[in-house]
Amino acid sequence: MSTTAMPITEIAPQRSWYKRNEIAVTPWLFLAPGVLFFLFYVIFPIFQSFNLSLYRWDGLGEAQFVGLANYQELSTDRAFETSLWNNLKWLILYLLAIPAGLFIALFLNQTVTGIRLYKSLFFFPFVISQIVVGLVFTWFYDPTFGLLNVMLGWVGLGPINVLGDPTLVTYGIIAAGLWPQTAYCMILYLTGLNAVDPEQIEAGRLDGAKGWKMLWYIIIPQLKPATFIAFVVTIIGALRSFDLISIMTNGGPFGSSRVLSFYMFEKALSEYGFRMGYGAAIAVVLFLIMLFFIAYFLWSMFQEERAR
Amino acid sequence: MRSMLKASIAALATTAVMAGAALAGSHGAKLSGDLVIFSDMSNPAPRAVMEGMVERFGEMHPDLNIELTVIDREAYKTQIRNFLSANPPDVANWYAANRMKPYVNAGLFDDISDMWTGKIGEELASTKGAMTIDGKQWGVPYTYYQWGVYYRKDIYDELGLSEPATFDEMKANCQAIIDSGRKCYTLGSRNYWTTGGWFDYLNMRTNGYDFHAALTGGEIPWTDDRVRATFANWRELIDMGAFVDNHQSYSWQESLPFIVNGDAAEILLGNFAVAPLRDGGLDDSKLDFYQFPAINPDVELAEDAPTDTFHIPSGAKNKEAARAFLEFVVSADNQTLINNGSNLGQLPVNANSGVDDDKFLKEGFAMLSSNSPGGVAQFFDRDAPAEMAAVAMEGFQEFMVFPDNLDDILGRLEQARGRIY
Amino acid sequence: MFPTPIEKTPRAWQLTYQSLLPLALLMWLLPLLAVALFSVKPEADFVGGGYWSLPSYFAGFENYGRVFFDSDMPRYLMNSVLITIPTVIGCVILSSMTGFALGIYKFKSNIWIFFMFVAGNFVPFQILMVPVRDLTLDLGLYNTKTGLVLFHIAFQTGFCTLFMRNFIRALPFPLIEAARVEGVSEWRIFWYVVLPLMKPAIAAMSVLIFTFIWNDYFWAVVLTQGAESQPVTAGITSFNAQYRAAYHLMSAGSIVAALPPVAMFFLMQKHFIAGLTLGAVK
Repeated sequence: MSTTAMPITEIAPQRSWYKRNEIAVTPWLFLAPGVLFFLFYVIFPIFQSFNLSLYRWDGLGEAQFVGLANYQELSTDRAFETSLWNNLKWLILYLLAIPAGLFIALFLNQTVTGIRLYKSLFFFPFVISQIVVGLVFTWFYDPTFGLLNVMLGWVGLGPINVLGDPTLVTYGIIAAGLWPQTAYCMILYLTGLNAVDPEQIEAGRLDGAKGWKMLWYIIIPQLKPATFIAFVVTIIGALRSFDLISIMTNGGPFGSSRVLSFYMFEKALSEYGFRMGYGAAIAVVLFLIMLFFIAYFLWSMFQEERAR
Repeated sequence: MRSMLKASIAALATTAVMAGAALAGSHGAKLSGDLVIFSDMSNPAPRAVMEGMVERFGEMHPDLNIELTVIDREAYKTQIRNFLSANPPDVANWYAANRMKPYVNAGLFDDISDMWTGKIGEELASTKGAMTIDGKQWGVPYTYYQWGVYYRKDIYDELGLSEPATFDEMKANCQAIIDSGRKCYTLGSRNYWTTGGWFDYLNMRTNGYDFHAALTGGEIPWTDDRVRATFANWRELIDMGAFVDNHQSYSWQESLPFIVNGDAAEILLGNFAVAPLRDGGLDDSKLDFYQFPAINPDVELAEDAPTDTFHIPSGAKNKEAARAFLEFVVSADNQTLINNGSNLGQLPVNANSGVDDDKFLKEGFAMLSSNSPGGVAQFFDRDAPAEMAAVAMEGFQEFMVFPDNLDDILGRLEQARGRIY
Repeated sequence: MFPTPIEKTPRAWQLTYQSLLPLALLMWLLPLLAVALFSVKPEADFVGGGYWSLPSYFAGFENYGRVFFDSDMPRYLMNSVLITIPTVIGCVILSSMTGFALGIYKFKSNIWIFFMFVAGNFVPFQILMVPVRDLTLDLGLYNTKTGLVLFHIAFQTGFCTLFMRNFIRALPFPLIEAARVEGVSEWRIFWYVVLPLMKPAIAAMSVLIFTFIWNDYFWAVVLTQGAESQPVTAGITSFNAQYRAAYHLMSAGSIVAALPPVAMFFLMQKHFIAGLTLGAVK
């Protein structure tokens, strides 16, 4: 598809400057409000945060330049280390949403009566606010009355306090997060499956491909665009995890379920947090981790653009 | 000489004007305009008290338009810093001692030392220290309350126990309670500060008030052996199984059903626990109070008595009315009224006020005025700087779940101390 | 079609599948069903410890009634509406313009501006938190719905531009060329040619943005406080603080808070899924 501007054939002598340059100027006029807004609220603040991370500031008085001291402190901060590990757990385990979503999509990719309603109902955890998901799972895990322990009781397993146990808590929260995320991946795959080329499936069948083989060699390669998007949204979701932690444990017990995004908020704006500079330094680390993925996403998109 | 004279005349003049203003404030000169009040008194009883005060003050000053905004108490703690600089009200609630320090240092609270010079200073003498930073006063208190152990009298009677006077008796009682199939103490350590209460008492009883003040003031290392002795005492209770299971999952409110239902017999908390426990069905025949017993006989008893306060933000627009409101709040009559058992159910800050005829208030008042020779502390997170309090109380919770991690926890706290002070 | 259509499988598997389907759904929605059950149980059931028994009587009306008439919930819901709707409108306006500029015109920095939007859309919120909060405070918009709306519009413009630009790229370009040959001015092309074609994209995007903004919690906590401006996601935490351990009310409150986006989804399902899966199929 070509986007070359049409050459202007007839040039009237008294045309205004705007008219003469219309095609060159118009995009900038259209872009101006959006770009300015975005620069103002998103791009500049990123640099401001970088700058702020070099200061000690309680958010009230004067900021004091401290160079890299905040980063030095990070390197010895155990809570930061815990957050980093938890972020890693989130990143890896959250990706389970992708195969889980694919599995459910395959399960639901049928044309029996009422299947549309089933698909919708399977999907709708995704539209519920994470706050409500967090509450729902907090009660699900509750050590005294939670459904989880009721069910464990049926098979004779002792009660466990998922959110009160420092080794289990992060997994418990991730499981809650996987619920809507799996729904999201499922819908991506359902759409992807719709577009799978039936001829290739037939060809595969003729070649004797069945079940897993068919899935692996014929279906999954065709689902690549869906997988890419699922990967992007899942990674971003994992690194943004804040709502669930805030609602379910508030970082506890004794800080064992913190992740960088939560720890940053805690240090900068929570009840006892007055360290804007230190918080900014944590945010910068989180940003750099994210930047690694952003670069990869953009690179993939760039390749695709060029291929057009 | 001349300039000195001039200066002192000027000083005299200002004093006169100030005195005049103070007088005018309290004696009903016309106050007008808007008075904006932000309050954290969001629980049902405090909310009614706050609204009542606004109403009565409004009747005294009919030309004054009072706007009251009540914000959820927990949310308020994070929001105060925003509104103090962004849209400061004329009057705001807060807490005494170190808890107000960030705002005092940032110049966000008004210095109202001159209000404290006259009658108010005498009447509120007992809380003056808690309101003082750098030799100046930055607000006024409106209530304070005792901490201590609230227990199920009926369970004590059933087991033939009596209020302990020593730590050994406390442990013996606890053992009897455990043997009866209950837990001794309920706790909601999801609110980290509940563990701060336990630490305050165990440390003040083990090492005394002065040591405790020095520790929260950052003068003593957390790895000190005397601190370890406190934790050793604490550990005895933990190892007995004295505390309810999974306390790290409950907020303090969620921990109350254990004592209401009789699954636990006692709770260490402030007097604000009484109202919800009564609501839960524990009348005075079932609920009683004792002072945290002595541990080390060589140290004098000291208590926690947190003080809640009112301040005038420096950005306030109607400071004249704000000062008049503060004077109204601390006046003897108002103090008697708002702190009585059917209102806040806490202790009045004004020495000329009467303490309500409520079992817990009388006991608390007697305890604080005559049986706390060591001193009166505010509370861990008000005595220690915010960041130290956050790190430490998190450590206390960890200790209560994993006592074996003590060395690690103390090392961390010591590292934090080195950085914070 | 993959997997094999159920009609072509053995009868036994067909039956298994048919019975597995509702069972799987039940399992999937179990945590939510539990909350729905809680929300219609009377308080007495919880006091007696019967969390999982059937309701001793149906208390749905009284529980939901208290949520609506006895709490700040209606105010929070109203705030959410007043935050979400202007944000959606603002995003549609800004991003149909940026999307048009980036989708139609070819100029050197096009791809870089596009990538700026895309990259900005992926950054972690936390790196924006302190500066955006300060900015909002400086503008005097702290604790106002306007402050929250302005930020949401700005931030969502990243995602919306990506969305709109890709959609416009897929439009038939000869249409625009034809208009230009006829001498139609550029903004008229935007208004009369492109915008009408963008309707499905705008619908899909609006539903998505509605859901995203309605469910936002982080910025609500950072930029607002109190019942006069906080949306329902933040309001539910104060609501819960007020009714702590009153599970029947907290459940009813949660369901009320979650309902609008759910309703939106079921009403606008086609658009919603079209929006979400844009790009999942090539």
